[in-house]
Amino acid sequence: MPKTIVLDKKSVDFLKKITDLSGETITLCDQCGTCSGGCPVVEDMDITPSQLMRMVLIGDQTVMQTKTMWLCATCNTCTVRCPRMLDVSKVAEALRQVTLRQSINKVKIDEISKEDLSELPQIALVAAFRKLTS
Amino acid sequence: MKIGVYLCQCGGNISKVIDLEETKKYVDNKDVEIVQIHSNMCSGAGQKLITNDIEKLGLDKIVVAACSPHFHEKTFRAAMDKAGLNPYVLEIANLREHVSWPLKKYPEIATEKSKDIVNIAIEKVAKNYALEKKSFKMENKVLVIGGGIAGIQASLDLAEAGKQVTLIEKEASIGGKMALLTKTFPTEDCAACILSPKMADVAAHPNIRLLTNTVVTKTSGHRLHFEIEAETKPAYIKPNVDMDECLACEKCQEVCPVSVPNEWEMSISNRKAIYIPAPLAIPYKYLIDDQNCLNFLDNSCNKCEEICPQKVIDFSQKPEKIHFAVDNVVVTTGYDTIDPNLKPMFGYDKYKNVVTGLEMERIIDHLNEKPPPRDIGNKVAFIQCVGSRDEQIGNEYCSRVCCMYATKLASLLKQDRPESDIYIFYTDIRAYGKGFEEYYKRAQEMGIKYIRGKVAEVNQNPDNNNLVLRAEDTLSRQIIESEFDLIVLSNGLQPNKSSDFIIDTFKLAKSSDGFIKEAHPKYKPVDTLIEGVFIAGTAQGPKDIPDTVVQAGAAAARVIGTLAKGEFDIDPILAFVNKDICDGCEKCLNSCPKDAIKMNAGKAEIIEALCLGGGSCLGSCPIEAIDLHGYTNSQMYATVKAALENKKKDELRIILFADNASTYRLADAVGIRKMAYAHEIYIVRVPSGSRITPALLLQTFVEGADAVLIGDNIAKGSAFPWSRDISLENIKSVTQKLNKAGFTGDRLRHYEFNSGMLKDFVEMANSVSEDVKKLTKITDKEVSRLKEMI
Repeated sequence: MPKTIVLDKKSVDFLKKITDLSGETITLCDQCGTCSGGCPVVEDMDITPSQLMRMVLIGDQTVMQTKTMWLCATCNTCTVRCPRMLDVSKVAEALRQVTLRQSINKVKIDEISKEDLSELPQIALVAAFRKLTS
Repeated sequence: MKIGVYLCQCGGNISKVIDLEETKKYVDNKDVEIVQIHSNMCSGAGQKLITNDIEKLGLDKIVVAACSPHFHEKTFRAAMDKAGLNPYVLEIANLREHVSWPLKKYPEIATEKSKDIVNIAIEKVAKNYALEKKSFKMENKVLVIGGGIAGIQASLDLAEAGKQVTLIEKEASIGGKMALLTKTFPTEDCAACILSPKMADVAAHPNIRLLTNTVVTKTSGHRLHFEIEAETKPAYIKPNVDMDECLACEKCQEVCPVSVPNEWEMSISNRKAIYIPAPLAIPYKYLIDDQNCLNFLDNSCNKCEEICPQKVIDFSQKPEKIHFAVDNVVVTTGYDTIDPNLKPMFGYDKYKNVVTGLEMERIIDHLNEKPPPRDIGNKVAFIQCVGSRDEQIGNEYCSRVCCMYATKLASLLKQDRPESDIYIFYTDIRAYGKGFEEYYKRAQEMGIKYIRGKVAEVNQNPDNNNLVLRAEDTLSRQIIESEFDLIVLSNGLQPNKSSDFIIDTFKLAKSSDGFIKEAHPKYKPVDTLIEGVFIAGTAQGPKDIPDTVVQAGAAAARVIGTLAKGEFDIDPILAFVNKDICDGCEKCLNSCPKDAIKMNAGKAEIIEALCLGGGSCLGSCPIEAIDLHGYTNSQMYATVKAALENKKKDELRIILFADNASTYRLADAVGIRKMAYAHEIYIVRVPSGSRITPALLLQTFVEGADAVLIGDNIAKGSAFPWSRDISLENIKSVTQKLNKAGFTGDRLRHYEFNSGMLKDFVEMANSVSEDVKKLTKITDKEVSRLKEMI
């Protein structure tokens, strides 16, 4: 269902914040869709990577409630293909940071079961703590 | 010497601010013959004042203190010429733009400054001398490089106007890329049908000499006279044998055992090693491909020679060198398509049914042959922007034609095979030309589906070998993963690789996209930065056929206009060598970016037709043997001396050497807007910043300048793009000397302007003036130390 978006200072500030955090000129995004077409995990995402870029560009903060940024594996397929030389994974990282800085952890160490702990490779845990905890 | 000084009131623009009577009193005390004030010097009456005085009083130098020389220098020069006085013994004192307008609110300061400005002109004009306009004769000869549609059109237009045209084409036939197209968008005219009559006209025109299989190998010369060396590859068919003798019986072709991909069909079919390039080739002649002919490879075959009834085959032919001279050159070297293998994710090299746009042109052209050259199936996808708008491979630009050629190829296929299911994956559809949007709409009407999303990758389904394409439909935000029978890569345009040599040999410049740079993107779109060399077609940038033909006509018209004069004049503001002083040290040889200096009998000599008069060579001469007419060393020393002569104790003066093309005009524009800036700035007109030699900079400080600025044209678009580097080098060496002599602070600066940077100019002037005010005053001690060092 379409919602009404007001283009105001809040949306501008949000774009600026993500731009500063990611170091990417998000307004350069041409919405060609190359990132989404090549993304190996796009089928599990609720919005496509290009949609994520678009929402940030127009300052739509509901992007924070989507799953895509958490699913991005930072494989950088999009980064090496983007015709505008943008690094979409850095934008996803910036969005994750915004959440994590509020001391919100996406992975809770004490909630991981002993079974999981014994089965998961160490590198997966290190990556999860780095990427998904504050 | 009899100097006449004319002070213009400019209908009040000058006289309401500057008390010209005061100025006149000052000038009366100088060694001049007459001083006159007039309300409008540029008027007929004003000019008459000068011409009458020249006749009556025998004046031999003229100073007009009025508006900027960019307004009426020409007017006064013409008036002097009429009165029998050489036009170059004139100096303009710019009282309006540089004094009365910026200092509108400060009439007293303006009046004082006006005396200095007139003083500068008087002291400089005293050193002026007669200069003669140089002119060079031109003939009627034009070289056109590249026989595509641009070269064909330019050649025909030129030949019709009576020019003697040599058209050089590196391939065996003219026609270029247009000859490879099936039909043309948006009208769907058959390309061959509208191109071949023009090609035949080229071959038949008495004013066109057509050299195919030929490349330019060397050029020399200058401006409007070029010596050309070219080399023609042998066809191995006896010379001077045309179709009257070779019967085109095709026997040779039948016996030839070699079969190689036919480049005139984009390799979708094969040809022999002896062949006629295309059914409509011009010239329509057989030739032997010595890269593939067995006679050349291992001498194992001469079947064609044996069977030829006319005995015209000659394996012993050698490349032929050709020398000739032309007055103008039109470069129409065209484009290459971007290599689709630069985008490996589209699988061009891996999968047979991934083809390029040009290959699709040939496939469509042969679609109804039996059997067809390729089975293309029913489900077809076009991938747009392959290599265009893609910074991953360094191409920022849009190739401009791919949207429409994909639409055309899709439409042609759909018309022929209505059952086809055709998708065009695009980033943006650019249907900007006449009839394009309508053509796009008709394609949509036919059921061709446009999907907004750049394709990410093409893979192969290992089960059925079908091509699988993945893309996002950015409008529905769904991921498309679907199988296709044929994938067409709409690959973009890039500069023809053979244009590199042409750019190099004629010293042309490239734009950031790699295509040949025009002299001005708006006003000189078919001129290059080299006089006498013009461009047209895709050599200048991606464009379609109508735009190419327009440019070719424009380039031809520019050539016709240039040559119509019969001779070309150059301003005598040129470098010259004082032969008595020159000791032949050769230091100047490398200083000229235009290679306009050569040695002759142990002395340097200026090739005047090449000299641009920027003055960058002057600083290279350690003994001031090289000089520049109009801005000689003695004139410049007199100028700075006069500018600082009346400097009072405790007064600051800053000399701004302003390049004529940008900084000087910028200061004019600032004046016109009545924008005030620090009156301490004294503007001295120079051809370019590189003219300001270290010696002149030092002398300016010795004469009492508190700071010296060089204003240069921003290199981009400048006639002297090298000026900045030379200026900075000079500034570096002089700054060292200033420091040694004990000068404090940053007193020597370089700025770059274009004529629109009004605010920047005012800010620069004010901030420099503020900075200098804060510095400790220069004392006689430092100046005398500096003098000793010189």
